[in-house]
Amino acid sequence: MRIAGTTLVIGDDVSTDLLYPGRYLTVSDRAEQATHALEGFGADWPARLRGVAVLGAGWNLGCGSSREQAATALLAAGIRLVVARSTSRLFFRNCINNGLPVIADEALANAVQTGAWLEADLAQGIAGHAGQLYRFSPLPDVLLAIVREGGLMARLARVARENAA
Amino acid sequence: MKPQTIAEKILSRAAGRAVIADDIVEVAPDWCFTVDDTIGTVIRYHRDAGVTRLAMPSRIGIFCDHYAPADSAEHASDHGRGRRYAAEHGIAHFFEVGQGISHQICVERGLILPGDLVFNSDSHTTTLGSVGCFGTGLGAAETAYVWACGKIWLRAPPTIRITLEGRLGPGVDAKDACLALLQAHGARLATYCAIEFCGPGAINLDIAGRMTLCNMGVELGAKTAFFAADQVTETHYRALGFSIDVRRAQPDPGAFYAREITLDLSAIVPMVACPHTVDNVHAADSQGRVAIDQAFLGSCTNGRLEDLRVAAHILAGRHIARGVRMVVTPASSVILAAAMQEGLIQTMIAAGATITTPGCGACAGLHLGVLGDGEVCISSSSRNFQGRMGNARASIYLASPATVAATAVAGFIPDPRKREKVLF
Repeated sequence: MRIAGTTLVIGDDVSTDLLYPGRYLTVSDRAEQATHALEGFGADWPARLRGVAVLGAGWNLGCGSSREQAATALLAAGIRLVVARSTSRLFFRNCINNGLPVIADEALANAVQTGAWLEADLAQGIAGHAGQLYRFSPLPDVLLAIVREGGLMARLARVARENAA
Repeated sequence: MKPQTIAEKILSRAAGRAVIADDIVEVAPDWCFTVDDTIGTVIRYHRDAGVTRLAMPSRIGIFCDHYAPADSAEHASDHGRGRRYAAEHGIAHFFEVGQGISHQICVERGLILPGDLVFNSDSHTTTLGSVGCFGTGLGAAETAYVWACGKIWLRAPPTIRITLEGRLGPGVDAKDACLALLQAHGARLATYCAIEFCGPGAINLDIAGRMTLCNMGVELGAKTAFFAADQVTETHYRALGFSIDVRRAQPDPGAFYAREITLDLSAIVPMVACPHTVDNVHAADSQGRVAIDQAFLGSCTNGRLEDLRVAAHILAGRHIARGVRMVVTPASSVILAAAMQEGLIQTMIAAGATITTPGCGACAGLHLGVLGDGEVCISSSSRNFQGRMGNARASIYLASPATVAATAVAGFIPDPRKREKVLF
């Protein structure tokens, strides 16, 4: 599973209140969620995600509330990979279980702070950035399988279809 | 078998095989709850995926707590969808508007038992470790998946053991102990780990204090936080008419701990977490004259009867400062009724406070105390992230119920142990 794109960089201890403010929790339309992604940083931030495929972050990304819109709004805004020094447990789970892969790797997260083009092979655990090659621990197979399938809801739909057939 | 931590023991039972830290396993939880801010999404996910039958309706509960009574037509419709879904699918528990915060209800009614694995689509589900449950938060898609399949993947957490020594001094709260841990070790101490609170000081903490510590375990990054079941736990359940098996929620001697930390409760002083991170913690009396606009007493962290008692004791015969408003939101209807019985509500109203419907209240920043531009709030809740209480241009200080009440009276943050000097 290969992902490539430019990176938008945010800092350490970014809470889900910053990733997706609580007042938009009722918004179910994914396209509309995308217009509020990162809005906690300021009204101009959602637009900065245009054309960006990778979110680069520091330590403890997604701390705080369990709101999964923090992950689904990023997905809807076009983010295909999250690279952080570390993530909160709930944010990590919400990403994986909605089909957004996460690499928690200090060296790679430090490298992407420049915001340049990143290419990553998730299954192999190899990433290329600014002419350098990085190795990281790939996601466990069971989690990679969930990401490949597009998240738990895609899996649930498949199971429901199979049971009906 | 290898000696196990509480987390490993509970997950082994839920997985049907011996589990050690860092294993990824499929587990069947004892309970999977959701709250009103997620129920609409769960129902929509089921509809979109074609789910028609739930795997475990007798082990599901829905709680109206984040915006109850509803503050908007959309939120009222979420409540309505939840009620209908519960009726259609034979869901065991639907807790109505005003009954209170999910975690509080779970503990005060004995809905959950020591050793249970409990999911809830709310990050503060760690609170349930106060009675020896493995409580942890889930997202909406995960909750929808568990309701449909009855199981989900989980990574077994390594455990950090925090040994408590001594006893909290007068005017010092379990909340100050949480803030002291955040000050000493930062908000990343326990990322993806479990915490076990133990040691000779544990017995000096009642269920309310244990709930506060486990609640803020998630602010230390923890997946779950426990007190091993002991005589305090047994007494709590006996009063509710339940007998429990404490061994379901006790670690084996010789279990492996990833890290050991000691906390001397007797050395802790009143603390505040300053804007905008939970680990920006300082002694309450070190902040100079921080004037406040709103004092909030409530939340799953500190909205219990014990907290209302402390606040009412400070407010009795006094009045909150001019230009300051104090919003009190009991964590449950049971607490509200008991506080009325004890005269606490009357005392707080006489002091100029206002009382709201039990629930999450202002903490989630959705209603009942949203802050204005440039305003400063002192809150007994657990999060002070920018924008948390509904306004990115406001600031939040976190403190104990005693410090919140003393601040409401003074109009600025004092040390609650020195309140006489501050007030007169």
